[in-house]
Amino acid sequence: MKLENLRHGTELLKRGFAKMQKGGVIMDVTTPEEAHIAENAGAVAVMALHMVPADIRKAGGVARMADPAVILAIIDSVTIPVMAKARIGHFVEADILQALGVDMVDESEVLTPADEKYHIDKTKFTIPFVCGARDLGEALRRINEGAAMIRTKGEAGTGDVKEAVRHMRHIMGAIRELKGKDSDELVAFARQIEAPIELVRETAKLQRLPVVNFAAGGIATPADAALMMRMGVDGVFVGSGIFKSDNPEKMASAIVEAVNNYEDAAKLAEISKGLGEPMKGISISTLGENELLQKRGW
Amino acid sequence: MRIGVIAIQGNVEEHVCAMEKALEQAGIEAEVVKIKHSRLVPTCDALILPGGESTTLGRLMEREGIASEIKDAVRSGVPIMGTCAGLVLLAKHGDEQVRKTGQSLLGLMDIRVKRNAFGTQKESFECAVDFKGFAEPFNAVYIRGPCIEECGRDVEVLSKHNGLIVAARQDNMLVLAYHPELTDDLRIHRYFLKMAGASLLI
Repeated sequence: MKLENLRHGTELLKRGFAKMQKGGVIMDVTTPEEAHIAENAGAVAVMALHMVPADIRKAGGVARMADPAVILAIIDSVTIPVMAKARIGHFVEADILQALGVDMVDESEVLTPADEKYHIDKTKFTIPFVCGARDLGEALRRINEGAAMIRTKGEAGTGDVKEAVRHMRHIMGAIRELKGKDSDELVAFARQIEAPIELVRETAKLQRLPVVNFAAGGIATPADAALMMRMGVDGVFVGSGIFKSDNPEKMASAIVEAVNNYEDAAKLAEISKGLGEPMKGISISTLGENELLQKRGW
Repeated sequence: MRIGVIAIQGNVEEHVCAMEKALEQAGIEAEVVKIKHSRLVPTCDALILPGGESTTLGRLMEREGIASEIKDAVRSGVPIMGTCAGLVLLAKHGDEQVRKTGQSLLGLMDIRVKRNAFGTQKESFECAVDFKGFAEPFNAVYIRGPCIEECGRDVEVLSKHNGLIVAARQDNMLVLAYHPELTDDLRIHRYFLKMAGASLLI
């Protein structure tokens, strides 16, 4: 076997990695100890950060890629995949994360965008990317740039699930709308949502996004996670919801079990018992327009 | 005939789809079911344990009570195919990573596994590999894949990559470090059907 016949970073490998996460929960962690709690609870991957979104929101200022030392310490402490966030358009942060050995980059609106016009050209990287989206057009534009996984933006760091629900309804609703459209109508629809026609056709045919689709942004309880699963997502990201709750171990396990039993209300009731206070959170209606992280990216 | 795909987490749909196509090609009438909870495993004539995160899968299979059902079924001769995480979970012996996470393996196949044998996602790769008995090589897709470091006398090696064992069989158990369900090539799913004795039902 010749080693030069190895192919790295192909579309199949990138999308395949995302597929291995299906049915799982990906948790934000800031220390090796938190990463252990997440792994023990049954997380499929962790997102390595220096602060959870709720604290990033509180701290204000410019939010950037986490300290590589933090990320490396987390990589060394778990066997499950480790993801990390780069600023929108900041291809050098993404390059650094790839060099550190993270398994997937989240080009994230939780950090302050570095480029007001362009997202990262994700096709140039060996490792896969996940990107946020509020509607189908945004999701397909990200996929066109090479995203191997999509998540709703929701409104990170609030513990309010409303925006994630809204974004997922937009995406799923638009996909259902594609059903029954003829070829000309698909062209017009693609133009309207500013997405490439090839991806619109593929989505219409598959009746789902062509890549794995997770929910994120504001998920704080097992019921929130099950709600998103019932809406048809492939899995969930939980950011501040775990380590800003009263009892992170319990909450982490409960959310993993809720994703696995999302259809069974009796089990969900059992899972939701006595978890202590979830994260306090902020109602989105109290946030000003310029405090919304979801408006970042296009 | 009923084939059950363990559907707790990971690449489930792709296995269901590949198996349905393989059945159709072979002209075999069979049902493919997804298994998330206990009590279904004993009703199946063959099982597939797909790829995903082995730490997560192992924990949830225990919690759901599926792990013991799989052990009973496989010990009684029900054929099983494990890919990637499925390979790790079927093994009798793990490596340092398995010990570190306190992961409990099903412990059915006489092999020692090394998790993430090829590194992180950056090192994940596709490469043609020979599969014993196939005329043409198979496009093997490795995603943070494991390998088999050692195997017992009763284990038949089916594929090797650079000297590392990446596919093997022991009686009614078939394991692969790569993901045949991510490709359109159905030969390995057909091989498994044959193993399951499905050819007798045609």
